Amino acid sequence: MVFDRSDRPRLPTAIKILIAGGFGAGKTTLVGAVSETRPLRTEEVLTDRGVGVDDLSSVEAKRTTTVAMDFGRITLGDEYVLYLFGTPGQERFWFVWDELAEGSLGAVILADTRRLADCFPSVDYFERRGTPFVVAVNCFDGAPTFEVDEVRLALQLDTSVPIILCDARRRHSSREVLITLVKHSARLRAEPVG
Amino acid sequence: MTEEHWVDPEIIRPYVVTRGRTAPVHGRFDLISMAVSVGPPPGPEAGLDPEHHSILRLCREPKSVAEIAAHLDLPAGTIRVLLGDLFDRELVSAQEPQSEVDMRDMKMYRAVLDGLRSL
Repeated sequence: MVFDRSDRPRLPTAIKILIAGGFGAGKTTLVGAVSETRPLRTEEVLTDRGVGVDDLSSVEAKRTTTVAMDFGRITLGDEYVLYLFGTPGQERFWFVWDELAEGSLGAVILADTRRLADCFPSVDYFERRGTPFVVAVNCFDGAPTFEVDEVRLALQLDTSVPIILCDARRRHSSREVLITLVKHSARLRAEPVG
Repeated sequence: MTEEHWVDPEIIRPYVVTRGRTAPVHGRFDLISMAVSVGPPPGPEAGLDPEHHSILRLCREPKSVAEIAAHLDLPAGTIRVLLGDLFDRELVSAQEPQSEVDMRDMKMYRAVLDGLRSL
């Protein structure tokens, strides 16, 4: 639905990319490394009806819960604004992921090689949803080093899913991750680009 | 004050600001719906709340719902309601993103790639 008024200045078109991965995988670090400002935080207040039945049963008095999401902005000329959203870590917030994933360009799943299994829920989610995604292996100091093929095997990823090694603290490296995702998404949804 | 009567003001504030409303009068604002203020800032006769004025000041440059929420330290749902009020009074121009972005549009991918490469 567009409810812009024709005599008003044109608004830039907003595009979003999701940054997923386990707790401590470096989601907010990556968002901060490429965004034009420090990561911002937005909150959705949810009533207990919207949340999985298991989580609030032991806290009788609590009727609302808050989901926080860190995000960043990259202005791309006059026409587009790109938003990077770190997905909330807890799996009981899947329905927040649904809102985030709707209309998104795609997702980056950040993998921490010390806890590769933390990626499984994200991989499952985006595969099921048909959202284009890439896996970015965040190479922490002292973390075990893996070959891309080993990560692919461990996560049972199709050969068509790009896997890249990155350092989420570095702007250049995080930018390359985003470029890989945009090309991948374009390949799947539009025509190939150079 | 006993513990059972104590309510976190952070939980209450969003509802006070919207006077208990949870859905905007106009539009379905996504987290990345963009809004921009239009026209001169309204005076006191407009009967707006301080938060409405804060949004109008913030949106002199286009901002998303998520950004407005972050800067005003209010939940996104509260911002949606307040933006609906402002849109209803023609004080902001806003657009939903989903119908705007065609994910098959090669032009969009090229613009995003060019923008990222020039970072």
